[in-house]
Amino acid sequence: MPLEFSAQSKQRIERVLSRYPNKQAALLPVLHIAQDEFGHLPDPVVELVAKTVDVSPAHVFGVVTFYTMFHRARHGRNELMVCTNISCMLRGGYEILHHIEQKLGVKAGQTTPDGAFTLVEEECLAACANAPMMICGQDYFLDLTPQKVDTILDDLRRRWREEQKMSGAQSTLHGVGPAPGAKV
Amino acid sequence: MATVEKIVTKNFGVADSHKLSVYNQRGGGQAFRKALTLQPAALVDEVKKSNLRGRGGAGFPTGMKWSFIPKEAKTVYLVVNADESEPGTCKDRELLAYDPHLLIEGMLIASYALGCKHAYIYIRGEMMREARIVEDAIDEAYAAGLLGKDHFGASGPFKLDITLHRGAGAYICGEETGLLNSLEGKRGWPRLKPPFPAVRGLFNAPTVVNNVETLMNLPDIVTRGGEWFAGIGMGKSGGTRIVCVSGHVVKPGVYELPMGISSRALIYDVCGGIPNGRTLKGLIPGGSSMPPLDASEIDVPIEFDALMTDVRIKDVEVRPGVPFDLGGGRKLKTMAGSGGVVVFDDKTDVVALCARIMEFYAHESCGQCTPCREGSGWLARVCRRVARGEGEPGDIDLMANVANGIGGNTICALGDAAAWPMLGFITKFRADFEAKLAQAQKARRPAAAAVGANP
Repeated sequence: MPLEFSAQSKQRIERVLSRYPNKQAALLPVLHIAQDEFGHLPDPVVELVAKTVDVSPAHVFGVVTFYTMFHRARHGRNELMVCTNISCMLRGGYEILHHIEQKLGVKAGQTTPDGAFTLVEEECLAACANAPMMICGQDYFLDLTPQKVDTILDDLRRRWREEQKMSGAQSTLHGVGPAPGAKV
Repeated sequence: MATVEKIVTKNFGVADSHKLSVYNQRGGGQAFRKALTLQPAALVDEVKKSNLRGRGGAGFPTGMKWSFIPKEAKTVYLVVNADESEPGTCKDRELLAYDPHLLIEGMLIASYALGCKHAYIYIRGEMMREARIVEDAIDEAYAAGLLGKDHFGASGPFKLDITLHRGAGAYICGEETGLLNSLEGKRGWPRLKPPFPAVRGLFNAPTVVNNVETLMNLPDIVTRGGEWFAGIGMGKSGGTRIVCVSGHVVKPGVYELPMGISSRALIYDVCGGIPNGRTLKGLIPGGSSMPPLDASEIDVPIEFDALMTDVRIKDVEVRPGVPFDLGGGRKLKTMAGSGGVVVFDDKTDVVALCARIMEFYAHESCGQCTPCREGSGWLARVCRRVARGEGEPGDIDLMANVANGIGGNTICALGDAAAWPMLGFITKFRADFEAKLAQAQKARRPAAAAVGANP
């Protein structure tokens, strides 16, 4: 059976399409919706999106690979975006990144084997006055220290375990659900 | 300490400042009602009189930008650039979170003045929290009848729709034509200019792209007049200046300050000086694209024109004694840019700092233009090897030559944004680069000696 959007996603897409004079302009919002639903954007999803906004799959592929927030491969439930650009670098951003690498046992760009975390080294995230910092979902974690990071990671992992328990181990099969604040 | 009446940050710290009811209680909405009683042309004139200049980076006069829209245009778009991602800049994110209704009122005024019926806010993809706050504010404005409903203006009925559009992670979409392509569902590749967006922009229609902070100044310009706004500024720059100070200061933060404040007063009076008993080495005055200042250049005001022309700031050079040519013999000092001030102390490895900046631009180059795509990569790799103490003799000249070859030779300003700080860091901190090369030479010497030793 060909891949389809859920009824909820279809409704969101309908609303988005009504805001632009042509369908192609809705490509970025529709990709956000697709990634919310499917977790990442493999070829079948790219083709579905292409059909939805009436452009070629090649065009969608070009756009997906241009932007860093669109993922071709599955990411972890918690995406830790750690800034190491200059304002953070001057106040210990790399120490924070390396501390997390050590604690999670993965390098920047990798996902933990259990799928709980993906660690991303990010460019400036516009919270320079509170460096070093990171984002996870819609939460900003500011003025970080290694101690603060330990507490944050423990907390996120505990919440992830509870989620797993609540919905069974298969819960992440179809992605991670709408990102917080991802209302379009 | 230098203070100024707050215009754009006046609602910071007020409980629930992001809600329409609180915004209205604090006087919000009056400016738009007054604007409706004026002819659009009179509003454009008022903005011209105010000397309001774009707060996104270039400092272009806003009223002049507006006046480029052809009079006979049927469809005009206003696009808000909320794709804040210039390293060292964190003002728009806070402005969006604390006072989204001030932005919406600014957009209503601008749209009425420009004849725009549908405006878009292009918000950075990573700002999920702010996207939700702004989306809620837009919903509130629709519910209150501010958006999506006819108003009676002096020039006839006026109705505005606003759509929030999330980016997806690409610094280049902060460049206005890259942003327009992104809004049209394409890669964020900047466009060749001309035609400028005012003639052919979003969906081929005349378009004005304005920064968040720029638009948030409009309500006060309308209620209190352009002359008042120009009067509180300095020279040809009206209004206040929002700076985001980060790096090695005691009190980093987002501050609304007098336009004419000096970097010295900013660092020592406003931000409490340099911590840990250290001293100032230098600062970047307007986001990482701008050439740095050294500690001897901090008495110059942070105002747009002062940073570009003040004789106390050295010219950026291609090599000692040869100034970089901005075109037509114009020289480069530095610029106020986006207001992102990054301060660094005397223990900072400035070569490593410069290398990190070059890596950023290499990562963010969109790849269209060869000088930028290849050149930014070369700058990053060579600067990193110098920073690691593995530089080759001649690397300083090599970097300067590559940077000089990028500057002015690309479709958009990202190429310049890599070239300018590269040349700026070499001009101001040449001794640091030379020390790194000397260190590399020294590390090589024992190895060379060992080869010839024949044990």
